[in-house]
Amino acid sequence: MLGVKRRASPLLLSGLPSLPWIWGAAGLLAVVASAGIGVLVGPVHISPGAVLQALVGGAVDPGQANILWALRFPRVVLGLLVGGMLAVAGAAYQGVFRNPLADPYLLGAAAGANLGATLAISVAPGTSVIGVNVVPLAAFAGAAAAVAGAYVLGRTVTGLRSNTGLILAGVAIAAFFNSIQQFVQQSQTSSIREVYSWILGRLVTAGWDGVFLVLPYVVLSAGVIFLHRRLLDALMIGEDETTSLGISVQRVRLIVVVAATLGTAAVVAVGGTIAFVGIIVPHTVRLLVGRSYRVVVPLSLLFGAAFLVLADTVARTIVAPGEVPIGVITAFVGAPFFIVVMRSSRAAAL
Amino acid sequence: MQTHKQLAGAKPAARFGTVVVAALFGLTSCGGGQSSPPASAHFPVTITQSNGATVTVTHQPRHIVSLSPTGTEMLFAIGAGSQVIAVDDQSNYPASAPKTKLSGFQPNIEAIAAYQPDLVVASDDVGGIVRGMQALSIPILIEPAAKTLDDSYVQLKQLGTATGHPAGADGVVARMRSDIDSFVRSVSKPARQLRVYHELDNTYYSVTSATFIGQVYKLLGLSNIADAASAAAPDYPQLSAEYIVAANPDLIVLADTKCCQQDLNSVAARPGWAVIKAVRSGQVVGVDDDIASRWGPRVIDFMKAVAPHVQQLEKAA
Repeated sequence: MLGVKRRASPLLLSGLPSLPWIWGAAGLLAVVASAGIGVLVGPVHISPGAVLQALVGGAVDPGQANILWALRFPRVVLGLLVGGMLAVAGAAYQGVFRNPLADPYLLGAAAGANLGATLAISVAPGTSVIGVNVVPLAAFAGAAAAVAGAYVLGRTVTGLRSNTGLILAGVAIAAFFNSIQQFVQQSQTSSIREVYSWILGRLVTAGWDGVFLVLPYVVLSAGVIFLHRRLLDALMIGEDETTSLGISVQRVRLIVVVAATLGTAAVVAVGGTIAFVGIIVPHTVRLLVGRSYRVVVPLSLLFGAAFLVLADTVARTIVAPGEVPIGVITAFVGAPFFIVVMRSSRAAAL
Repeated sequence: MQTHKQLAGAKPAARFGTVVVAALFGLTSCGGGQSSPPASAHFPVTITQSNGATVTVTHQPRHIVSLSPTGTEMLFAIGAGSQVIAVDDQSNYPASAPKTKLSGFQPNIEAIAAYQPDLVVASDDVGGIVRGMQALSIPILIEPAAKTLDDSYVQLKQLGTATGHPAGADGVVARMRSDIDSFVRSVSKPARQLRVYHELDNTYYSVTSATFIGQVYKLLGLSNIADAASAAAPDYPQLSAEYIVAANPDLIVLADTKCCQQDLNSVAARPGWAVIKAVRSGQVVGVDDDIASRWGPRVIDFMKAVAPHVQQLEKAA
């Protein structure tokens, strides 16, 4: 045991296949194709030629350029970032907790974000701190506080020896935060509609500000998870075995959970608590390609991004010029698709 | 058609018959043309509600509980304010209304009963409130969100009948009719139809012409951009920002000045919105969220805020 301190055995990790290039290419293609559909389709008809002109900086009708650059393009980019982040965070949570039902909201991130946003909307409507609207800031703080609370609680109760303790602490924190959120929502009926549309997801209003707000977090968070993809593979074989390889399970878990939580809190802060992406995208990748995190992490990022942009395209066109909340679409489109994938692959891959 | 009879204060079975007889007598005597009866002589009265249910009020109520902000505004407008002993936590107008912690969204039947009301007014039958009040033999009037001005007039008259102020209610209705007429006459039909966007919150929920406030825009001769989204929701659809910008409304009415602190500046700062006609010409009107979401007599105040902008736009056109 003395010889192996920090490094995992390369022998062990090479047992799982790495990312097949064809799937990597397919993921990139999916991102490009979905973004293409996202910018071409919208409630206001703009010809593909004009969209391409606008993209390459050519002369377009100023009204159309305004709609494309101020509204449609940032919404597509934000959709890519939010979808990719939620899917990769879901994959990370499933990895560290070795639980297929884990999603980025497992430790209370959504409940915390919803509480923060509800408080900000009802108590301090329309206020900004250094030019940033207070609602995403409060949502971010709420998400981070909930997960930190769950972590501390899980640690004091079980010493983090068991995943179950941490997950149950997360469930308790989420229930507690949800109850406060509902109490505040109930007592502030004048803002109930805004709270409601926040919870169902709002890529609607964020614009480029939202993009710039989340971009650093997504890069940092997805980057850290990507660097830990081999360690997530090592965790898959079991905690005792991993520890015997000299890997500190608790340290890996803490780093990955912190990274995934920061990214989730940031995208939830601008996009609302969009459901289901963090569950179905990583599992679809596992079913179709393989369960190694060297496959699941990068492909979840790419396919999550593509999936959310497509879902948002449906959300803003299906009842145009009205909108359907995106959270409704992700589950409505995602659930049947996921069932089809599950039926047509080997359940063993789960 | 469902029918339920509510008999206030009819506790012993023996009094039941008397009350029914009195009710019949009351109904016949109404057409009898008695000379200047005191208010209480109208009672008992039976009111048929929009859902077909009938409500009987045996004597003039002196302890009214209102769980509807619009109901509260109507009761005070028709002169029944002094009979109101408690209103819900959202009833913030008039200021003299006896505001309590009672909720119309999550009604607590025990808490309402503790006021020993002889009439309850609510906008929705939620939380089993109608059954609860029936069990306590307390008459309850449900006056739901009006879809037209006529709905609103009917509700005012029902409340007038139920509280012993039919003349007060008729007066309010007559005043509303004449005020609305003069507003409608003050705006001429423009050659080019002006477009309006009414905003409920800053995620672009709006109202179609199938709503109370939508009817008011129709009366003012405006075309409502939310009508195109009736497929999304017939009354309160959420609109795409792209569509709002492309529809290029001449007038924007913000009914989210209180909930979301919106004004001309915040609207102009939204990505892509600066090019909209209403924003460029400054025709962005902030209205009180409450006035714009209630269907009581203060619809006049709403028209007073909006009509001058329509006149300005017509002059410019």
